[in-house]
Amino acid sequence: MRVGRAGLLYLFIALSLIAAACGGSDDDNGNGGGAGEEGSGTGEHSEFFDQAQFEEQLAQRDIEPEGPEGEPWLQAIEPEMVDTSEFATDAPWNVCFSNAAVDNPWRVVGFETMNAEVDAQSDIAEFTVVDAEANDEKQISDIQDLARGDCDVLIVSPNTTEALTPAVEQACESVPVIVFDRGVNTDCPTTFIHPIGGYAFGADAAEFLVDNVDSGGNILALRILPGVDVLETRWSAGKEIFDDSELSVVGVEFTEGDAARVKSIVSDYIQRFGTIDGVWMDAGATSVAAAEAFEDNGMEVPPITGEDQNDFLTKWEEDGLTALAPTYPTYQWRTAVLAATQILSGEEVPKEWVLPQPKIDESTLGEYVAPDMPPLFYALCGCQEMDGFPERWTE
Amino acid sequence: MSATPTAPERSAPHEPVVKGSAATRALKTVKGTAPVFVLLIILIALIAQRTPVFLEPPVFLAFLLQAAPLVLLACGQLFVIVSGEFDLSVGSLMTVTVVVAARLIDGDPAKTYRVMALLFGIGLLVGLVNGFVTTRLRVPSFITTLGMLFILDGAVNFWTGGAPRGSLPDNFRVFGRSAIEDFPVLGRLPYAVIVLVVLGAVAIYILHFTDFGRRMMSTGGNPVASELSGVNVARVKTAAFVLSALFAVAAGILYGGFTNVSARVGEGFELQAISAVVLGGALLGGGRGSMGGAMAGALSLVALFRLLNLYGYPQEIRDAIQGLIIIAAVALAALRSRAAR
Repeated sequence: MRVGRAGLLYLFIALSLIAAACGGSDDDNGNGGGAGEEGSGTGEHSEFFDQAQFEEQLAQRDIEPEGPEGEPWLQAIEPEMVDTSEFATDAPWNVCFSNAAVDNPWRVVGFETMNAEVDAQSDIAEFTVVDAEANDEKQISDIQDLARGDCDVLIVSPNTTEALTPAVEQACESVPVIVFDRGVNTDCPTTFIHPIGGYAFGADAAEFLVDNVDSGGNILALRILPGVDVLETRWSAGKEIFDDSELSVVGVEFTEGDAARVKSIVSDYIQRFGTIDGVWMDAGATSVAAAEAFEDNGMEVPPITGEDQNDFLTKWEEDGLTALAPTYPTYQWRTAVLAATQILSGEEVPKEWVLPQPKIDESTLGEYVAPDMPPLFYALCGCQEMDGFPERWTE
Repeated sequence: MSATPTAPERSAPHEPVVKGSAATRALKTVKGTAPVFVLLIILIALIAQRTPVFLEPPVFLAFLLQAAPLVLLACGQLFVIVSGEFDLSVGSLMTVTVVVAARLIDGDPAKTYRVMALLFGIGLLVGLVNGFVTTRLRVPSFITTLGMLFILDGAVNFWTGGAPRGSLPDNFRVFGRSAIEDFPVLGRLPYAVIVLVVLGAVAIYILHFTDFGRRMMSTGGNPVASELSGVNVARVKTAAFVLSALFAVAAGILYGGFTNVSARVGEGFELQAISAVVLGGALLGGGRGSMGGAMAGALSLVALFRLLNLYGYPQEIRDAIQGLIIIAAVALAALRSRAAR
């Protein structure tokens, strides 16, 4: 009797496994194991893919930006300027900021850089920040509160695009609005600041692998999550380029940004395919884990892409890896504040402020790697020459 | 199911106080846990069918290396569960272990061992607090340790401000990541596997071969009768919490060594540990359990997840299956206890 009841539990598990073994699962995005050992290929394009935007971003990488040399946070690609004289007002200024969240190291570094810029601007007397803690409803309410207050300018980093659009539209009626990072579906903001974009990021990474991996080589693509707009664009671009190439994408896996899962997935693929000749990643937080997985299996780390996190750059330099770090620069957080000062001074700003999006390669690695900075410090913060560096970013 | 229950049985929610010879007890334990070993063998066979290299020593040992943190957590959790309680704080204790280690050691190998001693000290403290609140303040352990989970998580987030700092040097990471090369027969023998075997043996010994272990079982099986027969229930339960916390710190050291410091470590591990223990034949509510079964349960869980990965199932399925395991286990425990009256 007793064993029978316990047996029910095990029977259930056994049945599920049999169902799994027979059914298998190959969903459309091409992740998960394929039937044979040719690998899964790249699957279908997601509904987010926009061919026109893809081509535009790829082209923007090669356009010389306008603006002061050596200060990419002040540069813009093919800007169309707008007049802001109606917003000019005397100092001291009250700058307000509705922040989606500071719930990941990228945002932590960005926010610190933003605060440093505010401190460096003597005309900004007050900097009012409200943190929406990654909650759309809260951010809508935050923006409404701020717009009712006495802000001279409102900076918004939206938590999501659709949900925040009405709130931004409403705010535009009372105060000049600057949107950066993720956008909204309205062009009422005075300026929308962002680096070139996800397609360029994914393309940089994929092109690097095409150039550095022999024809027919096995590529493993590691993605964080499906359905996130900024990540979907990166993979779409990678997919386009891999589809056109001689490389063989043997797997597209979701890692949830978990280092242990990354290591486990990479080890699995090494065991299944014998060799993996290149690793494409849509972000850099777990690139070190992916590299280590090869080492754990006693193999050389193949060409791999990451991002400008310091731990990746450090490992790249120390171990002489073949790598590339596309970036989504945190210096855009500085640009938001600088745009605020320009608007309040009545200076022209670009309607859509497309910032350059550098990629770190072998030749520029030395400029960005910083052995004394924390592992999750982002090198493209544009903060290295600012007051308070490095202490502000290490505490 | 007797028609006229005697006094101890009426007050006994589960089995009566564990009695009988060592052989009888051993047989009972084996009968209760045999299913999980069968399950483990089936799972390993299925994985091997998909990836034949799985049975080769280097690959299988790498599997054990990755499973080691969860196995240690399950060992610690079993002490608490056979005593009739729960410990939900182990996952966040792992997080604390990794984050504090990285920050304090900060890449300097000379500091590693002192910081490790500190970490076990923190574990001891956490276990004592869990024990005190549960036994003296009479807060249900589910709530106590849930509260401890939030306290530890909150403290870590506050301290790191969202971005952990520092790094773990090689002599810390060696336990979780490195191996003895050229070991006879097996080739590369990971240190994590050695730690696993040693600590697992210690856990088996404590639970099944000492008086203290027997007292833990009886406390969970029938706290009233145990108290009456001279067992200091509060002390036994507190000791169980301390063991759970110490094993969690060890698991954290292995896990941090494997993955290095990152923003999210240890999330969800407490539920995996409970699932593993339950899979291994332990009775939620206490009084019955086998350390070998818990360890096999943990290995089965890791094997199950790997199999699901191989079949291409997403993360959500994994969570759902864990939920089902726990629900089934609670239901089984309820059915059993009703049958015992």
